[in-house]
Amino acid sequence: MVTVLYYALVAFVSLLLIVNLLKSRRWERDVLYVLVLVPFLLRLFRLK
Amino acid sequence: MTRRLLVQKIVVAALGLALLVSAGISFRRSRNLAEPVVLGPGVTAVRQLGEYFAPIRGTINDCKLYFMEGREPGGTILILGGSHAEEPAGRLAAWVFAENGVVEKGRLIVVLSANRSASTMTRLGGAYPPSFSIPTAWGSRTFRMGDRWTNPLDQWPDPEVFIHYPSRQELAYVDVRNLNRAWPGRPNGTLTEKTAYAFMEMIRREHVDVVVDMHEAELQYPVISTIVTHQKGQEMATMAAMMLSDVEGFKIGTEFSPLTLHGLSHREIGDHSPAVSLLLEAPEPFLDATRGVTTEERLLTGQDEFVVKAGQHGLLFEKIDEKGWPIALRVGRHTSSILQIAETWTEDNPAKGLSITGVPRYADVVAHGVGHYLKNPSTAAKGKVIYE
Repeated sequence: MVTVLYYALVAFVSLLLIVNLLKSRRWERDVLYVLVLVPFLLRLFRLK
Repeated sequence: MTRRLLVQKIVVAALGLALLVSAGISFRRSRNLAEPVVLGPGVTAVRQLGEYFAPIRGTINDCKLYFMEGREPGGTILILGGSHAEEPAGRLAAWVFAENGVVEKGRLIVVLSANRSASTMTRLGGAYPPSFSIPTAWGSRTFRMGDRWTNPLDQWPDPEVFIHYPSRQELAYVDVRNLNRAWPGRPNGTLTEKTAYAFMEMIRREHVDVVVDMHEAELQYPVISTIVTHQKGQEMATMAAMMLSDVEGFKIGTEFSPLTLHGLSHREIGDHSPAVSLLLEAPEPFLDATRGVTTEERLLTGQDEFVVKAGQHGLLFEKIDEKGWPIALRVGRHTSSILQIAETWTEDNPAKGLSITGVPRYADVVAHGVGHYLKNPSTAAKGKVIYE
């Protein structure tokens, strides 16, 4: 059960990062959001 | 959103996607890399760990057990490779037994991937190679690099505090995924605890007499080049270490398992079953904190100028020079140690003895290399190749 909650948390944070990526206007921030997003997606897709 | 901003987003997203796809492919390949095992003439049956504890059946840790039964009855020795998958000498030594060994008397049970989940990933942030290859006369064999801990894809999240069962001793939180902190296991616990419990069930039901858990250690770790033994095996381990040091050409000592340090195989298996439990440690500079870049070459040669430097400053518990600790030396230490333990056990317990042939000793492995003792899967007889 706790594992499912953690995957839900990962999905939620991934969504927040994507929303922030779309909202931001500076390319440096865009790069930062994408770099932070990658490990979240790797876990969400059960790759690492 | 302006056109310029849109292009900026697309470029950055493409960069992220490229990172995600390239990393994802590498991780997926590493997790699913099939490692062939060419069943040697001594393997009489291949069973699954899940046969001894149903909740493990079908999981990633439902590992294979290679039974090698002699014609003459005797004792049973279980050897565990891959408790810590990132210590490859233990797994490779088990491979050498499974592909070459013949048991004339007694029974040997060989495990190549005790924590199979741990073999499907590498250490987070460690920049480890995803796999490594052992050269042979006919090509090479590739193995998963692996990690010390169960893959978080199979057991996650980690708790803030890890309380060992049943001792209730507090251990490092990350060791909740460490098979060698989970013994004797718990039937309704985590995957790692269930794995340990399944092994305990197997040890009890198969009436295993001796368990040998094969490991490697960093040179900055004091428990190195040694046999760690439960109090039930102190005499046997000490005699085996003396014989190895005198006859085989490498130094190995004996450490007694601390009575109050819980979760480790050398303590808990001996405490919770009739078996004598031992643990072997060979030197692996690749694991040292002061190592250089974590390349496949460094893993296999065991050469590392930074670890040598640490030794010059007196920071190590084992010697190292520019020759390093090649994988053949480390595997050879394990094969010889197990053969010697079996011989010493047999001398002390002739009615429950073992006779093992076909397995190379230290000098043979050093002279010919590990690859010499790995068979070619493409020329093996039908039905003789299975995958870990």
